[in-house]
Amino acid sequence: MAGSLKDQTCIVGIGESKYSRGTPFSDLELGLQASMSAIEDAGLKPRDIDAIVIPGGFGTTAGDYAACFGIEDLRFTASLEEMGGAMTVCAVETAAMALVSGVANYVLIPFVARWYSGMKAREGTSNEASRIPAAIAVRDFYMPYGMGAPPQYYSWMCQRHMLEFGTTHEHLGTIAVTMRRHAQLHPNAVMRDRPMSLDDYMNSRWVTYPYHLLDCCLETDGAAAVIVTTPERARDLKARPVYVAGIASGHPYPAHEIPNRRDMFTIGLTHAAPRAFAMAGVTPQDLDFAEIYDCFTFQTLQQIEEMGLCKRGEGGPFVMGGRIEVGGEMPINTHGGLLSQAHVCAMNHIVEAVCQLRHDADLRQVKDAQLGAVCAWGGHGHGSIAVLRR
Amino acid sequence: MASDASAYGKPLPLMRGYTKEFYDFCKKRELRFQRCSQCGAWRHTPRPMCGECQSLQWKWEKVAGKGKVYTWTVTFQPLYPQFKAEVPYAGVIVELDEGPRMVSWVTGIDPMQLKADMPVEVWFDDVTPEVTIPKFRPVAC
Repeated sequence: MAGSLKDQTCIVGIGESKYSRGTPFSDLELGLQASMSAIEDAGLKPRDIDAIVIPGGFGTTAGDYAACFGIEDLRFTASLEEMGGAMTVCAVETAAMALVSGVANYVLIPFVARWYSGMKAREGTSNEASRIPAAIAVRDFYMPYGMGAPPQYYSWMCQRHMLEFGTTHEHLGTIAVTMRRHAQLHPNAVMRDRPMSLDDYMNSRWVTYPYHLLDCCLETDGAAAVIVTTPERARDLKARPVYVAGIASGHPYPAHEIPNRRDMFTIGLTHAAPRAFAMAGVTPQDLDFAEIYDCFTFQTLQQIEEMGLCKRGEGGPFVMGGRIEVGGEMPINTHGGLLSQAHVCAMNHIVEAVCQLRHDADLRQVKDAQLGAVCAWGGHGHGSIAVLRR
Repeated sequence: MASDASAYGKPLPLMRGYTKEFYDFCKKRELRFQRCSQCGAWRHTPRPMCGECQSLQWKWEKVAGKGKVYTWTVTFQPLYPQFKAEVPYAGVIVELDEGPRMVSWVTGIDPMQLKADMPVEVWFDDVTPEVTIPKFRPVAC
């Protein structure tokens, strides 16, 4: 396929800081910890990096990393604020484009998040200076009604899904409980050793109905990083390469205005997923697992539908009966996700997918995993998806 | 009605451009949305060009102020301290009979009693001397 990014790049290094609530480290220190870990994992030297894609968000810049790593000739940088949280997987797409076009050879993607000790998402969403793209509409037309926090405007979609398709809290709770169960198997999960039952979920307080506290992701501090290069260069490196078989991004319409969309379920992923699967030459049903941006339980269910694991409206029944657990037919968020591992905008989902495809996931390992997908969500429904293969 | 903006103490729209025009109509008890002069499509929140036909010609067209509940969320946790006294409150998406949808409150009802397609009508709350916020209330069917 002309212009296709299919199998032309691979992820060769992964790194994560410790995930925690509160940290003694600065943004850059966290970012350097994750980046150095990814560089060492790849078997590279810091100066080998010649491009840095900063997905966006918190306080680090490409120049900060280049200065620390002694990169005197950084060839390419990009930032993807428009994507919101979907910036992370989109950064892999950007890296792939830079690599395939010959602009760069080794792309570092570092991402830092301080959702616990820094500014809360709900404090930035209506602040024009935050550069969060929908901020002006939220400030002028939602915030006069006290509606500016992600669980508020996302739960409009959840409520509408419940009305149209009969989705229940048991469906949503099953997602939350499964993520928590997976977090018990991960040494770097914030909710490890804090197991949770469906009753715990049902009895947790309402944040904003239909969302309980336990429908909502964690607010944590931490960083994760990956390194992307070409298959030719990957051959000389230490780690088994994980191929980017298909990758795409997409946007809802209108992007910054959930209420006036024709329907509330068509999101960026609805457009992006068919592109990514067509590029990879596989179907959603071919996947061995999926790592999905679980900012809230319903957004996980919505992406399960819109990426094509099941039809729209069937996500509730789909998640039941152990299907999405490790050992089930379609394990989802094998690391615990944003709900129970940590919130680094799905950089942790990319890292986990690479672990799975290297067969390095220990107790969480999906047996003989060959093909996985990572979906990221951002803003008011931007989406990006990577189909990765061993 | 609060005597001034500081006594009101809640977030207000930034009164400039299209936003100011929208809320200035509310002050006159008129709910108006942008409507394309070429193809007739309504749009909200405001923008300069019609997404359907790319016309730059449009008018602030008045709606009757009647609509129905499309979806909602009931906020129990005071995510914003300015609204601590209001919890639980519902952020409701109201679909106007003419088509456009907007975020608002439906007052005069327990928020947990909201129902899909519940008929509502607009009323105007002069929250400060400068700013009037459109809100809705149930109408008997």
